[in-house]
Formats: sequence, structure tokens, C-alpha cells
Amino acid sequence: MSPSALLRVEKVSVRFGGIIALNEISFDVGRGQICGLIGPNGAGKTTLFNCLSRLYTPHSGQIQFEGRPILKLARHEIARIGIARTFQNVALFGAMSVLDNVLVGAHSRGRQGFGAAALRLPATRREEAQLRERALQLVAEFGLGDCANIAAGQLPFGTQKRVELARALASEPKLLLLDEPAAGLNHEEVEHLRGEILGLRDRHGMTILLVEHHMNLVMRVSDQVVALNFGAKIADGPPQQVQSHPEVIRAYLGDAA
Amino acid sequence: MSTLPTAKAEPERSGFIGWGRVGLACVVVFALVLPFMSSGYHLFQYAQVLNYAIALVGLNLLTGYNGQISLGHGAFFAIGGYASAILVAKFGMPYWVTPPIAGMVCLVAGFLFGLPALRLEGLYLALATFALAVAMPQLLNYKHFDALTGGSGGLQLAKPGAPFGLPITSDQWLYFYCLGFAALLFLAARNLVRGRIGRAMVAIRDQPVAAETMGVPISYVKAMCFGISALYAGVGGALSVTIVGYVSPDSFGLFLSLSFLVGIVVGGLTSIPGMLFGAWFIEFVPNYADQLTSSLGENAKALPWAVYGVLLIALMFVMPRGIAGAVTAMAARLQRFTNATKRA
Ligand SMILES: Nc1ncnc2c1ncn2[C@@H]1O[C@H](COP(=O)(O)OP(=O)(O)OP(=O)(O)O)[C@@H](O)[C@H]1O
Ligand SMILES: [Mg+2]
Repeated sequence: MSPSALLRVEKVSVRFGGIIALNEISFDVGRGQICGLIGPNGAGKTTLFNCLSRLYTPHSGQIQFEGRPILKLARHEIARIGIARTFQNVALFGAMSVLDNVLVGAHSRGRQGFGAAALRLPATRREEAQLRERALQLVAEFGLGDCANIAAGQLPFGTQKRVELARALASEPKLLLLDEPAAGLNHEEVEHLRGEILGLRDRHGMTILLVEHHMNLVMRVSDQVVALNFGAKIADGPPQQVQSHPEVIRAYLGDAA
Repeated sequence: MSTLPTAKAEPERSGFIGWGRVGLACVVVFALVLPFMSSGYHLFQYAQVLNYAIALVGLNLLTGYNGQISLGHGAFFAIGGYASAILVAKFGMPYWVTPPIAGMVCLVAGFLFGLPALRLEGLYLALATFALAVAMPQLLNYKHFDALTGGSGGLQLAKPGAPFGLPITSDQWLYFYCLGFAALLFLAARNLVRGRIGRAMVAIRDQPVAAETMGVPISYVKAMCFGISALYAGVGGALSVTIVGYVSPDSFGLFLSLSFLVGIVVGGLTSIPGMLFGAWFIEFVPNYADQLTSSLGENAKALPWAVYGVLLIALMFVMPRGIAGAVTAMAARLQRFTNATKRA
């Protein structure tokens, strides 16, 4: 395993009652890499994301980010160390404007507390102005300028997904976790998304872990693909290799293959 | 030339802020001349509206913004009121230093209550806070506290006059005294909800899991929110006791807590200025209902609360987003109209 890995997942296991959602999963993601995470429904992809964002605590195993174990951190500390995510079922703050959603995404970049905020101290104002400027940039970058002041809950699904992406980026993460960003998008939108994902890596040097059922997209953007099935890792390697791996083909086509 | 994309959002927004300013200026002028247009009991009532409004802002921060229901904010109003009365009557403090102290006492009490309340959601939290409201009058009546609280007899306070030889009546002075605190606390609340913490509060209400993933320490923010909200209620209570000049366990019954909840809904959840309307409603509408029913003759005399109830239901139908929501919608319509005439 490469010592330069940004993320190292080691023998992570998660059980829900009798279900083994993840069974001793191990893999590394190198800095600046795009790693696709594939597998049929229920394979454990989202469960792994939830471990990375500390929503679930694995029964055993270890997760290291930049060489630091993260399983001792509280949920709200994950953003600050540089991990951000989107959600499979879109978890926007529905009543808040698009701009405010993105600003919440930048929460870990600010420090004003209750007192400072209530008094609107000069430092608070400066920080607020900076956060706002950065959020507006992101909003513009993702073509959300026209709906910046609209409640996020009222937007069409495709737009909501872009808001989620912008919100995740507002924390200036080193590692971005995308849970099915292409779900529900049309062909054109998927192509656009592909450009965005590559741009994030190439222009912002971000490392990306991408859960996706859209094989065409995964295979074209990923440097590395990890395949899961029933909670177990069945393949890990370059896209072409994983794509033609017999276990992967069997997992997707069933025993008939 | 196509002007559609830019002509849409921008002018309307900047103009809307304009109307907001006009509205604010009107409220300020109105608040300043009010004590010279009325006197005595009416003026007392207006001051009480301000105190209720302060408590409502606190409750709205908690319930409207942060999504934690409280049926027990009357209890914090009571704690603040008693803290102030005890400090004045038993420790000889000047009345005007007590609201901040009462606020701090309630901040701590609210924070401590908010911690275990973190485990309770929705209706369960409503019940826990309801229990607080139910228990408070009896706690205040507890005989081992009699030396401090005055027991069921309560505490009597002298009515303060205007300081520095100001040429205004005691009632006018007390009104301005409350107005000063209200202005400060409204401003602080507005600052709070517009900043990082305010956004975190709403984010927790809408999507706690996502909020936490964005780095919001949910438990701390929720408990703090409870504390701040209790602080507001406590200051409101302290001011109220000063202008009433008397406090007893019965001053803060369950009905007060329920009225606060009515007030924030009527005024408009997630509106700060709306709390003035809400407070006006809970202070005056029961009176109006009373007057209305007595003017209808003997038979209707027993019905003021029925009238109140009907009014409340009607209001929720006509203004589902509270009075503040209705005013905002009206201002937006007005703005669209002025924009249209400007363009024409
Ligand atoms: N909170 C939970 N409680 C109980 N079981 C769970 C929970 N979360 C996930 N599971 C189970 O763990 C298994 C893996 O689920 P997971 O959501 O990780 O799959 P996935 O790979 O993301 O699938 P999909 O492609 O459908 O999103 C499933 O059997 C699921 O039912
Ligand atoms: Mg999933």
C-alpha cells in the first residue's frame, strides 16, 4: 500500500443486526485521485460513506485520513479535517436559500460564536463578508446565480444536486465524497457533471470518492475503482481491469453470467 | 435585446429592502411617540407588549429557528421575574441592574435544561417543557423558599419613577425602559439569525444529519439555543415584574406559556419583528374579546375565550405564515406594483 495515501480504509466491518453491511473492507485512495466505488444495490457503498463521515461507527477496523485515525473524532469535526460529502437522497436545508445552504457548508471555515454573532463585532463582519464572497463564487461557478435567493426545497431535483455539490465544496475539502451524483440526471447533465468532477480534481487538487451506478461515468473519470458486493470487496484496481473482473461481471449480471 | 435574466431578481430585491427600511422607520417613530399619545393603564400594556415581545423573540429562536418546541417558556419568564424581584426586595439592588442578571440566571437554567432535552424530540420535548411550566408555580410556592420568594403572598416592589429628573411620568419612563431593552435584544437576535450561528440553527431544524456533517456541533448549538432563548424570556420576566410592581407564583401560570406559543405562531415563526405583532396579540386580543362579548349583552358574557379561539383559528386560515408573513407578502406585492409603474 502506498504511504502517500490520503485515505486508508483498513478492515472496516459494519453489521446491522444480522446483516453484514461491510465485511473487512480495506483500500487506499491516493492524493489527487478519483476513486470510483461501485456495487449493486445494498452492496454497502453508502454505509462506507457513513463510516467516513462518522455517522456510523464500524464494529471493527480503522480509517485513516492523512495518516490520522478518524474514528475517535466527533461527527462535526470531520468537516474541519477536510472531508465533505453529498447525500444519496439529497439532504438540503429545504427552507433556506441556496446561498444560505452553501454558507452552512462553510460552517467549519468560520469561527464566530453566539456572542460575537449577536454583537456583530468587526471581526464577525469581516468573516461573514469573506464567507459570503466565497459562497457567491461557488454559487456562480455552479450556475446557481439565478436561484441564489430561492429556498432550496423548491428547486428541481437536478438543481438541488448542484446545490449539494456547491455546499460540500464550501468547506474546501481535501476529500470529497459523492454519493450517486448522477442519479436522476439526463445525458447532458451527466456530461456536465463529468467535466465538473474532473475540474475539481485537476484545478483544485481534490481527491474524490465517487459512488455511482452510472458505469459509463465511473469508468471514464476514475483512476481507480473499488467494487463491493454484499459488503465484501470483490475488486480494486484501474477501471478497465475492474470492469472486466469476472466477480464484478457476476455481481452485476447475476449467476447467469 | 433580451433583458429577461437580469431584470428578474435584482431590482425587486433592492427595492424590497427599501420597503423594509420604511417599515422599520415607521415602527421606530410609532414606538417613540406612543407614550405621549397614551397614559396610565394603556401605557402599561404597551410596555408589557414589549416585554412579551422579548420573550417571544427568545421562544422563536428556539422553536421557529431551531425547531425545538417549548411549552414551558413561562417558567423562564417566571425565573427571570423572581430573580429580579428577589434582587430588589431582598438584596436592595436597583431595579435596572436586574434584567441582565436575571437573563444570565436563565441562560444557565435554560442551557442546563437544554442538555437533557437534547435526547427528546418533537412531542416528547413539548411534554418535558410542559412539565416545567406546570411545576414552576408550585416550586415558587415551596415553603422552604418562602424567605426569598415571599411564598404564596409573593413580593411587592416599589414603582420606580423617572431618573435624572426627566420630565416624564413614571409610566412613560417604564415604557422607555422596556423599549430600550427590547431594541437591544431585537437587534442582537437579528444579528444572530443572520450570521453563521443563525444559519446553523435553521440547518439543524431542517436536516440535523447534514448540518452535523457540515461541521455544526449540534448538541452545543441546541443547548445554547435553549439557554439564549431562556435568557430572553428571563429578561422579559424581569422587566415585567418591575412594571407590574408585584410578583406571585400565580403570575406565571401554564396559560402564560401557552400564550407565548400562540404569540410566536401568530407573529410569524422565523420572524424577529413579527414578535411585536405576536406580543400585541397575546396582550390585547383577550381584552378585545372580553369587551366585544360584554358589549353583546349578558348572554355573551361568558364567551370571551370562545371569541379568542375563533379569532385565533380565523387568523391561522387568513395568515398561515403569521402576521409577519402576511406583511412581507403585502410588501412584496407593493414592490412589484411600484416596479411595474416605474417600468411603464
Ligand atoms: N441504518 C441501517 N440500519 C439497518 N440496515 C442498514 C442501515 N444502513 C444500511 N443498511 C443495510 O446495509 C446494507 C448496505 O446498504 P447501503 O445503503 O450501504 O447500500 P448501497 O451500496 O449504498 O446501495 P444503493 O446502491 O442501493 O444505495 C443494506 O442491506 C442495507 O439494508
Ligand atoms: Mg447507497
